[in-house]
Amino acid sequence: MTAGKTKRDYSLVGESTRIAIETGLASAEWYHTDVPRKAMKELMQRSDGPAIRDTLIWIVAILASAAGIVWFWGTWWVVPFLFVYGVLYGSSSDSRWHECSHGTAFRTRWMNDVVYQIASFMLMRNPVQWRWSHARHHTDTIIVGRDAEIAVMRPPDLLKAALAFTGILDFRYSLPILVRQAFGRLSDDEKSYIPEMEQGKAVVAARWHIAIYIATIALALYTRSWLPLVLIGLPRLYGTWHMVTTGLLQHIGLADNVVDHRLNTRTVYMNPISRFIYWNMNYHVEHHMFPMVPYHALPRLHELIKHDLPRPNPSMWHAYREVWPVLLRQLKYEDYYLKRELPPTARPYRGEFHKVDMSAAAE
Amino acid sequence: MTDWVEACAVSDVDEEDVIRFDHGGRTFAIYRSPDDEFFATDGYCTHEKAHLADGLVMDDIIECPKHNGRFNYKTGAAKGAPVCVNLKTYPVKIEAGKVMVEI
Repeated sequence: MTAGKTKRDYSLVGESTRIAIETGLASAEWYHTDVPRKAMKELMQRSDGPAIRDTLIWIVAILASAAGIVWFWGTWWVVPFLFVYGVLYGSSSDSRWHECSHGTAFRTRWMNDVVYQIASFMLMRNPVQWRWSHARHHTDTIIVGRDAEIAVMRPPDLLKAALAFTGILDFRYSLPILVRQAFGRLSDDEKSYIPEMEQGKAVVAARWHIAIYIATIALALYTRSWLPLVLIGLPRLYGTWHMVTTGLLQHIGLADNVVDHRLNTRTVYMNPISRFIYWNMNYHVEHHMFPMVPYHALPRLHELIKHDLPRPNPSMWHAYREVWPVLLRQLKYEDYYLKRELPPTARPYRGEFHKVDMSAAAE
Repeated sequence: MTDWVEACAVSDVDEEDVIRFDHGGRTFAIYRSPDDEFFATDGYCTHEKAHLADGLVMDDIIECPKHNGRFNYKTGAAKGAPVCVNLKTYPVKIEAGKVMVEI
């Protein structure tokens, strides 16, 4: 572990960045399970069908729950509709954003782009900036100083992690960023992963988002009602809990600064409803190892390569129970992490493949 | 100064697929289109060092396996983020069942 006994610097232009580049952790060659080309080609095949079906269900459910909110506004009957609408708007938009940013949801490019733009807006994410940050996340997954999407840093801030379920922190973080970007200002971190030729597009995208929020606020003032904001913007607060519940498990408590996704990423078996909301991203080791495989083919990929991966957590509850003591230990000893056991059929973790300090691991 | 180099046999590449070809310390990608034409490009994605031969061929497009960047492998044109730099292409001809690339 190159961060060694020193404090981690999560800035993307700081000391950890320099170390990651110098030690070859940045843009490194990652471990991949061997999959025959023919099988991989079949798994990578694109199709519009599953994503059109799922998107139609998604849109109909969003519109129906929004209609329920409008209809029952002012009564307690609005609560179940808020619950459904919030999760669809504030959580399932994340998986749609994610899959469409990879361009794997639909075979047809413009369909990916349209859903990507809509989902980005729902999430208060700049569609240009986040496309590049996510590319970096896949190049340098949980490499400190390089990965812009490390959700829980070390030592973990447990209050911050708990508040993440309410969406308050993300809301407070995302909206000012969009405002800053709309004024044409990108941070040094953002400039480190958004190419210069794309930075202008990021500013324009932020301006569009802010314009829609201003229009929504104006409508709320004009109608003297919270309703427009409950439908646009605020679901990012009250509906984000499912996204955080599923998404936090992707990498939390596992190794950093390694180049084997089996060490820093987690696959968790989940119920069908969560898998629909999450678009199968519970198969997260598989996704990181082979990002070309569309969400609907991930269960098949999982069956094909599970002999080479740590055993998945059987449930989200199981995964959080596994993570909790690791987080507590990291409060005092931030190098500590959970090293997940490989089955006997797997190729072993290769010490020479990366510089992870196995002495810091809990098995 | 360029040379025509034998890259592979025609039968080595499936229809609508790609294979890797290494020559002179460099790596190339050899494509067979759905209409049975052959093309050649540099083997690495222009965004980051990933072998395009591990990617997916769809019609005229090669998609990089690492970040899903897309190129038209016939022209080398980058088709949008995260790829911004075009791919270098090479002339190809078929001779006696062999794919020849001018490098």
